Amino acid sequence: MSLIFSVLILGLAVMLSWPLAKGMIWAMCPGGQAGGFRQGLETLFQKVGGPAAVEGQDWKAYCRAMLLFNACMFAVVLAVLSLQRFLPLNPDGKGALEPSLIFHTAASFTTNTNLQHYSGEVSMSYFSQIFGLMWLQFVSAATGLAALAALARGLSGKTEVGNFYRDLMRATFLVLLPLAVVLAVLLVLGGVPMTLEGAATAQTLEGAVQTIARGPVAAFVAIKQLGTNGGGFFGPNSAHPFENPSFFTNLVTCVSIPLLPMACVWMFGRITGRMRHAAIVFAVMAALLMVKVGLAVHFESAPAAAFAGLPVQVTGNLEGKELRFGAAAGPVWGALTTATSNGSVNCMHDSLNPLTGLVPLIGMWLNVTFGGVGVGLINMFIYIIVGVFICGMMVGRTPEYMGRKVETREMKLALLALLVHPLFILGGTALFASTSWGLAAVHNPGAHGFTEILYEFSSAAANNGSGFEGLGDNTVPWNVATGIIMLLARFIPIVLPLAIAGSLAAKKPTPETVGTLRTDTPLFGWVILGSVVFIGALLFLPVAVLGPIAEHLAVAGK
Amino acid sequence: MRRANGDIGVFQQVMTAGRVVIVTMAICCLLYGLAILLIGQGLFPRSANGSLVCDEHGNVVGSELLAQGFARPENFWPRPSAVDYNASAAGGSNWSPKNPELRGRGRAMAARLGADSGHALPADLATASGSGLDPHITLAAAKYQAERVAAARGLSVATVTGLLERQAVRPGGALTPEPVVNVLQLNLALNRLGKHHE
Amino acid sequence: MNRAKLERRHARRASLFEKSLVATAGKQAFAMLKPWAMARNPVMFITEVGALLTTLVCVQDLLRHREALPYTVSVTVILWVTVLFANFAEALAEARGKAQADTLKHTRRATLARRALAGGEELVNSDELREGDIVLVNAGEIIPSDGEVVEGAASVDESAITGESAPVVREAGGDRSGVTGGTRVLSDQIKIRITAGAGESFLDRMIALVEGAVRQKTPNELALTVTLAGLTLAFLMVTGALWPIGRYFGVELPIPTLIALLVCLIPTTIGALLAAIGLAGMDRALSANVLAKSGKAVELAGDIDTLLLDKTGTITIGDRQATEFHPLPGVGSERLAEAAMCASFGDLTPEGKSIVKLGERMLGSKAPRETPGAKVIPFTAQSRLSGIDYPDGSSFRKGASDAMRAYVRAQCGSIPDALQGLVDAVARQGSTPIVVAEGPSVLGVVALSDILKPGIQDRFERLRAMGLRVVMVTGDNPLTAAAIAGQAGVDDFIAEAKPEDKLEYIRREQRAGRLIAMMGDGTNDAPALAQADIGVAMNSGTQAAKEAGNMVDLDSDPTKLIEIIEVGKQLLMTRGALTTFSIANDVAKYFAIIPAMFMLAIPQLAVLNVMRLATPQSAILSALIFNAIIIPVLIPVAIKGVKYRPMGADSLLRRNLLIYGLGGIVSPFFGIKLIDMALVMAGVV
Repeated sequence: MSLIFSVLILGLAVMLSWPLAKGMIWAMCPGGQAGGFRQGLETLFQKVGGPAAVEGQDWKAYCRAMLLFNACMFAVVLAVLSLQRFLPLNPDGKGALEPSLIFHTAASFTTNTNLQHYSGEVSMSYFSQIFGLMWLQFVSAATGLAALAALARGLSGKTEVGNFYRDLMRATFLVLLPLAVVLAVLLVLGGVPMTLEGAATAQTLEGAVQTIARGPVAAFVAIKQLGTNGGGFFGPNSAHPFENPSFFTNLVTCVSIPLLPMACVWMFGRITGRMRHAAIVFAVMAALLMVKVGLAVHFESAPAAAFAGLPVQVTGNLEGKELRFGAAAGPVWGALTTATSNGSVNCMHDSLNPLTGLVPLIGMWLNVTFGGVGVGLINMFIYIIVGVFICGMMVGRTPEYMGRKVETREMKLALLALLVHPLFILGGTALFASTSWGLAAVHNPGAHGFTEILYEFSSAAANNGSGFEGLGDNTVPWNVATGIIMLLARFIPIVLPLAIAGSLAAKKPTPETVGTLRTDTPLFGWVILGSVVFIGALLFLPVAVLGPIAEHLAVAGK
Repeated sequence: MRRANGDIGVFQQVMTAGRVVIVTMAICCLLYGLAILLIGQGLFPRSANGSLVCDEHGNVVGSELLAQGFARPENFWPRPSAVDYNASAAGGSNWSPKNPELRGRGRAMAARLGADSGHALPADLATASGSGLDPHITLAAAKYQAERVAAARGLSVATVTGLLERQAVRPGGALTPEPVVNVLQLNLALNRLGKHHE
Repeated sequence: MNRAKLERRHARRASLFEKSLVATAGKQAFAMLKPWAMARNPVMFITEVGALLTTLVCVQDLLRHREALPYTVSVTVILWVTVLFANFAEALAEARGKAQADTLKHTRRATLARRALAGGEELVNSDELREGDIVLVNAGEIIPSDGEVVEGAASVDESAITGESAPVVREAGGDRSGVTGGTRVLSDQIKIRITAGAGESFLDRMIALVEGAVRQKTPNELALTVTLAGLTLAFLMVTGALWPIGRYFGVELPIPTLIALLVCLIPTTIGALLAAIGLAGMDRALSANVLAKSGKAVELAGDIDTLLLDKTGTITIGDRQATEFHPLPGVGSERLAEAAMCASFGDLTPEGKSIVKLGERMLGSKAPRETPGAKVIPFTAQSRLSGIDYPDGSSFRKGASDAMRAYVRAQCGSIPDALQGLVDAVARQGSTPIVVAEGPSVLGVVALSDILKPGIQDRFERLRAMGLRVVMVTGDNPLTAAAIAGQAGVDDFIAEAKPEDKLEYIRREQRAGRLIAMMGDGTNDAPALAQADIGVAMNSGTQAAKEAGNMVDLDSDPTKLIEIIEVGKQLLMTRGALTTFSIANDVAKYFAIIPAMFMLAIPQLAVLNVMRLATPQSAILSALIFNAIIIPVLIPVAIKGVKYRPMGADSLLRRNLLIYGLGGIVSPFFGIKLIDMALVMAGVV
């Protein structure tokens, strides 16, 4: 059953991703004759944006526009959250937020991370949720999509990679919005609340008072799932019955997690005109993902070790899980949400069995098994460049990617982009694990406490947003540290790959011969796989051993 | 696409960014939010407002989707909750599978429900859900409590078990082999059954 | 390549670990420990810094009488040995290059030169010669420096440079005017204009290059260095983070252990051998008797997409050869053969000789012999035919069709009707028809054809497997060129080629993004040589050609391009393979070191000690020793290069990935276990 469930989810996502990619090409790369509907939309976007939305931008101008717009996003939401008390749509009278939490939350949603150091139903007004956080879930995902389109255009040899403002509007209005409407309607159908009324009060059957927080959940959850955002309306995210009331909603939302990242691969193939290469990349990502899903489901079928010897029936680990989703739903979701930088959860990752908990960590360390909307493939591009460089030499030629030579400048940029990730994860973990900032925050003893710290930094650096939520992370040091990491870990790995694409686009393409390393063969699939697995494994193996593996061995040993 | 000619200054860039902010906000928050609100309130008003359950007097007694803290012997008990069934601040225990506190809770629940090695407790009754508001228990967990409930309500075990069987659903059909029952609805049904008998 | 040449090359190539070279390299390895010298190589620099740090810890341990002292000392020693091994590898490659350069240097000994002055000549030292000086060289004298013959012709012994003992002719004007300093004039007297001042000749430049004075990192080497530096930085983070993380688990990790882990993880293998690989590539080019003007050129050779090859001498044996006799109807082919032989006895050109040879092969013992007293009629531009008149009155002639018709008519003979058809048929096959007559009667036609060099088709097949396009350049007309191109199996040809055509072709290919290599000798080749990405000038060629190209082939062997490309490819492959190997090694090292590091705090980690290494200390030392030893073990691979096989990119990659990738993962498991067992047996731990 678990197997059928996993295959069903992945199969549906793969099948839907193909037609979706066609739609994305229609949205992001309009050909169309003048006077057509699509062209009319384009004219509209240009009018809305003004002159700066008309010009063609090279990679530098594109990055500048992206950073400027993202700075605006950050500033607007900073303001919205700070002024929450004075703004409308606050039926439950939510008060002021602590400044470092405001910074952290704005950074978190701007960067498509959606790491939450607050509980939505406790701290946020409906206005903050809709006009702050939900808005960012749209435009941050659109930023990723735009960046990928620009990268792909650069790799196909264009020095003018597009116009950021128009790409952003295309992605928001023509890709994300229609999908969100469809999913939101499905969710409403499935029983997710959608109301602007404040909390309801119930007199329970046994006479207690239960305050039932609710709100405009369906609209929020739809984009949260689609845009690899993951920031929940409620604290427990998609484990909450109001975000995810049934097996059906769980299925739909689970399929929508990897949908756009998968379609991004096909879109990349179409823009660069290398569908076979895209298929190889897709296959590698899918293979890794399936292994992770399989491992997670397998490890989670063991009971929680704490119950050994107690008169409790032996089943899979149910701590932190909801019964309505079925046994495999938690680990499948856990693997998907961290593979794709979504970060929503439908069970508590802190309570996962140790080796199951390793799977989400691996997902965030690699961050390329489809990854975030747009940025997943951009991350993969870095691994591909490194793989191409090392293996390209082994065929006796100066390494080439898409017909262009990979030389010192490209390698410098690629390695910088690659180093950012371990620096933030290992550096942050080392700092907090050895000081009271981390030690005071851990919720569980021993190796698991260490894993909580490690998980939080992995999640921030991977722009994922899931957490080992036991960690008491709503403190100034945590908010500031992870806030800064999220911002840097978002934009450095977008700007540097775009710089590489710009540098490659400026080179003269070489025609491919039998002597050229081909990037569309299964063999090249192994090269990418090796590049991803080796770099990931070699950088993070020590911490994996000290955290989840040590915990697992300790459990087994007892 | 026109060539970049460099005459687009910082001011223009900021203006454009601002306009895009306003347009995206207007469409993605206002329009989209309103559309979904209308669809929800118009077509599915009950679930759109939280699937609230009322008694015969129209008083809200809870939400069909949320667990509440039943503790009396005549009611079926839900799974343990790390937040004491607080529906305005939900959450899980976040205890690791090796955490001694988890073991402590497991032991306590086993004791409370009278489990022993020959009569082991269904695991869902020993574990807290992720939200702390899981409205379901497994059919096995319900049956485990049937005897106590029947005794407290003065009903035959067969009546209670029969009700259980009728209430039990498989949320995912064949994909979820384990049937579950909604505790609130089960207890409401029991109450109605009781009234019917009176 | 003939056997003699191969043997000569082997004789000049020092064996891999020749004693004298090893001794020099060993000494040099210590001299290279200077940190500012090491900083060029980030990986080994970090290793040296690590070694320095552990040395300090040693001193501290000694002063405080800590128990850990033997362990710390062992780690320190191995780290220093690692650095020395790396230096040794580079020094050895450099020493080999120097040894090669030295043999060349012998030819550069200062000699006396006779400089021509307005009124006569003066004796000067060769060091004082300047560009543009004119010197006289007589038979038996040594040519003082590179130059161009401006007057006279002479046979020159170039064996000092090429190793070829047969003398070559160098003459003013034409494409054989270049002479190299250090070679000896055997006959006659020539006047040479010096083209390279003291210290600037090819030899000087080459020696300087090999000796490292002007050795810069090539583009790919630089990119790889950056990559290795990046990986080093990444592993620095990994190990750096472990110390504070250790504190979470209540473990105070010893500095030497952390440094051991760091050095094991950073790609020391490729870092140590990288410079050696580059030097060895230059060295291999040099042993192929090719002087490259820069290491970049050798590296670039691997990227070549298109080869421009001259037909004559490269694809075909230098001159046309007689291949068939076509007698006219009613004439026996033996009679024709006999007549053709007779007509050719006086003809000493290769074509004439080939007719005689063909006739001998056909007639065997019945072949006619040269008879003394016969009168040879030589070929002249006016008559355009040649032949022989015997004392007995019989005469034989052979020549081009129209010239022979005129001759026969003059002899009052008649032209058979069938002749024209025969002549045309031969021409269509891509051969040249030579008409043969005895007295006034025409007997038939001899076909002279281009003979493909033996095995040339196979060679082109190999090139195609490597993804290269071969383009034939010839002065023949398009019909003949197409016929020969088809036989040889080249991808394209330039017929009736003028130097501008070559240049235009190269430019066109380059616009399409292809890299072109060509070989040339004449002055009119110079623009094309300069335009090509790899231009190899023949040593026998003109000075202009040599200046324009970026390599000079001392053997003047036109097929050398293929070898040069293989050297370039091998260079890159070796780098890629050893990088892969180096990174793949890390897996096993992790399994050795990580459990050992945390065994005390987290005893359960013993499960991960899959190699069952004896103690934590032996595990760390074994991994570290393996890491050091693998450097000298792989020196042969670095210097000889990964074996190159002409096959497509995919097959090459699959092969190398299996050997160096998979091998790199598996082999250290065995290596580390063996070292651990040896340590236990030796009672060290």
